[in-house]
Amino acid sequence: MSYTLGQKQLDDIDEILQTDLIDIGVHCVFLIDMSGNIIASLDDGENKHDIYSLAALAAGNFGAVSAMAKIVGEGEFSLLFHKGKKENIHFSKVLNEFLLITLFGNDLSLGFLRLKVAESVEKIKKILEPIHTP
Amino acid sequence: MAFVNLKKREVQVKIVYYGPGRGGKTTNLEYIYGKFNDRIQTEMVTVKTHGDRTLFFDFLPIDIGKINGYSAKMQLYTVPGQVKYNATRRLVLRGVDGIVFVADSMAVRREKNILSLKNLHENLKNYKKSIFSIPMVFQYNKVDLAEQGIPILPFATMEKDLNSQLKRPAFEASAVTGTNIVPTLKKIITMTMSSIKDELK
Repeated sequence: MSYTLGQKQLDDIDEILQTDLIDIGVHCVFLIDMSGNIIASLDDGENKHDIYSLAALAAGNFGAVSAMAKIVGEGEFSLLFHKGKKENIHFSKVLNEFLLITLFGNDLSLGFLRLKVAESVEKIKKILEPIHTP
Repeated sequence: MAFVNLKKREVQVKIVYYGPGRGGKTTNLEYIYGKFNDRIQTEMVTVKTHGDRTLFFDFLPIDIGKINGYSAKMQLYTVPGQVKYNATRRLVLRGVDGIVFVADSMAVRREKNILSLKNLHENLKNYKKSIFSIPMVFQYNKVDLAEQGIPILPFATMEKDLNSQLKRPAFEASAVTGTNIVPTLKKIITMTMSSIKDELK
């Protein structure tokens, strides 16, 4: 099984990630599917990471945390966030199949970031809904 | 679940090396990493225990060039082979497009191969996928051990044990020396790409 995204859909996703997240000071953002494939990725030009490895690990990490949630009787944990000294990472599920990962520094507050992430997730959902497999 | 990016004209495919613990899945990826160093832009990612056993997975992305005008990125993963890590093994299988089943040719590991194949069958069912339809290649690893006098099961026995119903391509291999490692990879890439070729137009 496979799925395809066209130029228009991918351009729209890039536009959302750029204006909602990169423009407010996020270092790097990428949208992946739960298999670890990268759908879109943007950065601020200064912070480059090995996104293919990050995507594989993020998908695995998210899967592991979801499995833990089920074991302890939670449907899922609502906040997934790792705090570092300089770099922080935030995960947000988009529909059932996708994951939006944001890397940001300490100049951005977690609350504001979550707000902006939630806004972009709503917009991205509309684009991905047609290929979404429940 | 392969992803076709029409904007970049790129296709990303997930191939998982599956099989019993200590069978040589990680060694397969290490050999490929060494052999195709020029095509791999990143470090190989491994999540392992202190005892050097795979805990979660190994990950190696490899560019294989253009197929039908699409640049093809193969994402190679291994699973942890040990029985107790089934929860993480299942996570790695999510969205898999093709499987290399690395079986251990040592006679003493015969039962472990069969159990691992059954486990793969169950775990695929969990994702509503069938072992009978997913692209898959068998690799009977460690044939080099025969030279050291270690009892090895003959090809026919391995085929009868694992591949009698599935009837997939199979290779006798040695991940340590590199024998048949690249042919195994090429075969699974061909089979997997052909299974999604209708998407690449």
